[in-house]
Amino acid sequence: MMAALLQSRYGIVLLIAAGIVLIPLVTPSTFYLRVAILVYIFSIAVVGLNLLMGFAGQVSLGHAGFFGIGAYAVAVGPTHFGIPSWASLLIGVALAGLIAYVVGRPILKLRGHYLAVATLGMGILIAMVFTNEARFTGGPDGMPVPRLVLFDWVVRGVTTWYWVSGVSLVIAAAIAVNLIASPTGRALRAIHDSETASHVLGIDVARYKLVVFVISAVYAAVAGAYLALFDALVTPVTAGFLRSIEFVTMAVLGGLGSILGSVVGAAVLVVLPQMLTVFHDYEHIALGAIMIVFMIFLPAGIVPSLGRLFGRKFS
Amino acid sequence: MSALAVDNIGIGFGGLTALDGVSFRVGNGEIFAVIGPNGAGKTTLFNIVSGLYAPSKGRVQLGVDDVTGLEPHRLAQRGLSRTFQNLQIFFRMTAAENVMVGRHLHESRGILAQLLALPSVWRQNRATRAKADELLAFVGLSAFADRPAGELPYGALKKLEIARALATEPRLLLLDEPAAGCNPVETQEVDAVIQKIAATGVSVVLVEHDMKLVMKISNRIHVLNQGRTLAEGSAAEVRSNPAVIEAYLGRRKGEADAQG
Repeated sequence: MMAALLQSRYGIVLLIAAGIVLIPLVTPSTFYLRVAILVYIFSIAVVGLNLLMGFAGQVSLGHAGFFGIGAYAVAVGPTHFGIPSWASLLIGVALAGLIAYVVGRPILKLRGHYLAVATLGMGILIAMVFTNEARFTGGPDGMPVPRLVLFDWVVRGVTTWYWVSGVSLVIAAAIAVNLIASPTGRALRAIHDSETASHVLGIDVARYKLVVFVISAVYAAVAGAYLALFDALVTPVTAGFLRSIEFVTMAVLGGLGSILGSVVGAAVLVVLPQMLTVFHDYEHIALGAIMIVFMIFLPAGIVPSLGRLFGRKFS
Repeated sequence: MSALAVDNIGIGFGGLTALDGVSFRVGNGEIFAVIGPNGAGKTTLFNIVSGLYAPSKGRVQLGVDDVTGLEPHRLAQRGLSRTFQNLQIFFRMTAAENVMVGRHLHESRGILAQLLALPSVWRQNRATRAKADELLAFVGLSAFADRPAGELPYGALKKLEIARALATEPRLLLLDEPAAGCNPVETQEVDAVIQKIAATGVSVVLVEHDMKLVMKISNRIHVLNQGRTLAEGSAAEVRSNPAVIEAYLGRRKGEADAQG
């Protein structure tokens, strides 16, 4: 039964996987596949951000910084240091995790708006490094990104990237689901509702905030590396403030605390601007208006609100 | 050896002395009540003992260890747990999940195994859930296990906090007004639960305004007034202490006042 499947632990993951498998069957055009790839890549970053924001209740307005570290790693590593792309990707992801760990220690003591501003500053700082270190990064113009080569296999072409990003998203979602259903996941959700009670029950609150901050940074860095490799180009916009806001918007619009919502939120914000190009000059106004309408009528985010409407809980 | 020893504790907030020179000892398996008029410093005392505030003077000892100023999660590791007067429920989690969080210290927490959901994690989740079900049954909340905590009635939430605190397997349990806002039936249930807990050897320290409950179940009572110790003794001793009557019970005649 569909309903029973959705209630089960991996129901959401299977649903996402089914969507990924079905889409190429109904849309043979590479244009649509290209849009889908962007959705999947952004979804990976948003699933990670949702672990931080939706489950642990900690805000970040700087996650594009980690996204950018992943992206620039696969550009700078092979170009300047002769490190293979796959190794550069791993180094970038590790670096993002390390920076999240080092920066997270002091700033995760802050709460609410103060944490938002601190992460905002962190993101802007990282983006500034990419803009200013022109010798390595090409400055504001960005730099080309060499193709990913795994053993003798050159990862290129829309179809290939479709499956690479799709399978990666399924894995990312499965790992997120695993985390949520674990002692760590319970600790994070508990921290969201009452830090005091969590602390008294033996949860090292500072440590768990740091753990989820690092995990979400790793998700963002993987996504950033994928986008750079797929686009074959990276610019500081990748790591910019607007990108951070975009991630947060995707998470909130799709539904905080909902893995499926992360994918839906990413899909809406990637697909909608493409569809709204028919409005020409009014494109941005239309996008803004639609988002406002969404938030008014689906205040808990698209997936949780619709789930409640149909009496079902999609995690 | 006492389960808890508080020695000459004092704390002030911006010039206002909230507690000054308070000392007491709680024996193993004892039910020890702290009473006093509003603003006497009862909850402040709990917040110091449970590590949420650091006292400006004095010492807190759990068993033989000096634990003054330790962080709450370290105190939990040493067998201290508590409930809250103004509920600190995890409202977005189910009742069972609330109690499962209390098992945190008894779970192995290797992050890699959890991310990959290895069979050991599944097994542990089932064991944690079984323990949570057992504790929910203990406080009489089995029917609510899978309901979101936010949907539970007030009296049930009070008991849920007790079940959650018990999940840590404490040796010392602090209950901050466990019967506040409960109707007489619920109060009686809470009363029975507290006595069952003490019977298992757990020491219980209780802040409570319901004098009937306090007088009935407490082995000893410690009376605070304006941040200082007024008296300590059995229910009968405290009831007949002139200072207590004047400061507290005597003001508007007994129990009606105690509700205030």
